[in-house]
Amino acid sequence: MKTITNTTTDKKAINKNQHINGWGIDANPKNNPTYPMKHYTGADHQRLNYTRPKQQEQHMEILHSNERPGLTSVFGTSVPPQGLSGMLRRYAFKFSEGSSAHWLTLILADRVNAVEGIIDDVKHGYVPNFFVERGWRAEWKYNRQKTVKKLIIGTAVTSAVIAILIYRNKNKKLQAS
Amino acid sequence: MLAMNYRGPFRVRADRNRPEPEILHPRDAIVRVTRSCICGSDLHLYHGLVPDTRVGMTFGHEFTGIVEEIGSDIHNLKVGDHVMVPFNIACGSCPFCQQELYGNCHESNPEATAVGGIFGYSHTAGGYDGGQAEYVRVPYADIGPTIIPPGMDIEDAVMLTDVTPTGYQAAEMGGIQKGDTVVVFGAGPIGIMAARCSWLFGAGRVIIIDHLDYRLEFAKKYAQCEAYNFKSMNDPVLFIKKATDYFGADVCIDAVGCEAEGSSLQTITGRKLLLQAGSATALFWAINSVKKGGIVSIVGVYGPTWNLVPIGNVLNKGITIRANQASVKRLLPKLIDHVMAGRLDPKGLITHRIPLEEVPDAYHMFSTKLDNCIKPVLIPPLAA
Repeated sequence: MKTITNTTTDKKAINKNQHINGWGIDANPKNNPTYPMKHYTGADHQRLNYTRPKQQEQHMEILHSNERPGLTSVFGTSVPPQGLSGMLRRYAFKFSEGSSAHWLTLILADRVNAVEGIIDDVKHGYVPNFFVERGWRAEWKYNRQKTVKKLIIGTAVTSAVIAILIYRNKNKKLQAS
Repeated sequence: MLAMNYRGPFRVRADRNRPEPEILHPRDAIVRVTRSCICGSDLHLYHGLVPDTRVGMTFGHEFTGIVEEIGSDIHNLKVGDHVMVPFNIACGSCPFCQQELYGNCHESNPEATAVGGIFGYSHTAGGYDGGQAEYVRVPYADIGPTIIPPGMDIEDAVMLTDVTPTGYQAAEMGGIQKGDTVVVFGAGPIGIMAARCSWLFGAGRVIIIDHLDYRLEFAKKYAQCEAYNFKSMNDPVLFIKKATDYFGADVCIDAVGCEAEGSSLQTITGRKLLLQAGSATALFWAINSVKKGGIVSIVGVYGPTWNLVPIGNVLNKGITIRANQASVKRLLPKLIDHVMAGRLDPKGLITHRIPLEEVPDAYHMFSTKLDNCIKPVLIPPLAA
């Protein structure tokens, strides 16, 4: 690993601060808790003055954090922002990553996006199979007894609620007449 | 092509109509996937806990595959090479990559500066489609992908793309000294691997804590460590203190992250109400269980907002916290050596091999811990 020393930034910093009594006297390269994860070379002091990879061409809308000057050299092209969720995502990216408005708006956009996904499926003539998509075939295969129990309890509770509502409705009508 | 398609929390689809990926950059490669894992951290996406997880995305950041096509600037790979692809997308030239922090690349994720690009891990990690598919686009293919050495089992190789390096780095970040007592919170694949790797650093005692008996039984055999169920103890912190002569563990590893069980307050505020970035129970316990001047190593994944942790104790106890996404490329040479020498057996963690067509079942099974699932691997039809 090549160690970068005496970069322009380093020299500037050293020259600027050398008049301070004791400057750098206790500097110790071993005092670095990032070892061995980080092989310190001094490259940090270059900041953004490194040779960047070629830029990937942009053919769709890519949002980028306002904590960086622009897009990274490569980026994913999975799903561009679109619809109401896209509007929310664009709004979220006006805030920095340190802002709760950024992340909570993105979570809201994700929930809206899930509904948009169902609408989009139906628009394209596809009815989502929730049983399969939620992996309930595996539940049926490996947890049948509990699944049946849950189904029975669910059906019983739903039936009881419906029966109570019908009973109350009938009572109200009788009282009204 | 066939690929996993995310449709919203707890809903995924095996979609046969996904477009095949294309070369979009001279340093790209297209890889035909041969094996792909579901990671515990994929479940955070599946459960809707990671912001900017868009409907229509394909997950999957642990995969191996055969190079089908290469960009004009790729000279170290050729069509037909069988490669393991680290989960980090790393340029190799930014200051972070230059210093081997490949998980912190500055040129692979426009959407967030706090994390480098990761395959199939939401737009917060760059918006790349992942490897739970027949084909995948691999950016910076001259840096990440590593040819699978002759004689290495493909299942060992796929486990070297995340699980093994993350477990190893968890132990490495613990700065384990010979004879140290190491406590690992979480007996998922990463926690079990962290426990196993702790021995490589000379740990004197390794304890793993979880709430699922089948996982603890597995961990006890696989990692040859002590295993305890926190549901059988009133207070896990007190348990660790008593187990270490009221001193505290030398090193604690959080291998759980944002979906930890064990504290109603953390569960309600973190997982149900999303008032914090998941439940930080394991980290809370780790900070309180470690000795004064001890080290807490974090590889569990948390969301980007905030968490309830006893930071005052970090100060008063003089704890060093070390954390990062694993730098897979940095660790691969050493880990390949450990696997080939028989010191590590990554494929031994795999409990389920499932066709890619059944990806919704695989997610549900892993999420709800059906059939004693510890690590599921997806097999695309072209690789079956």
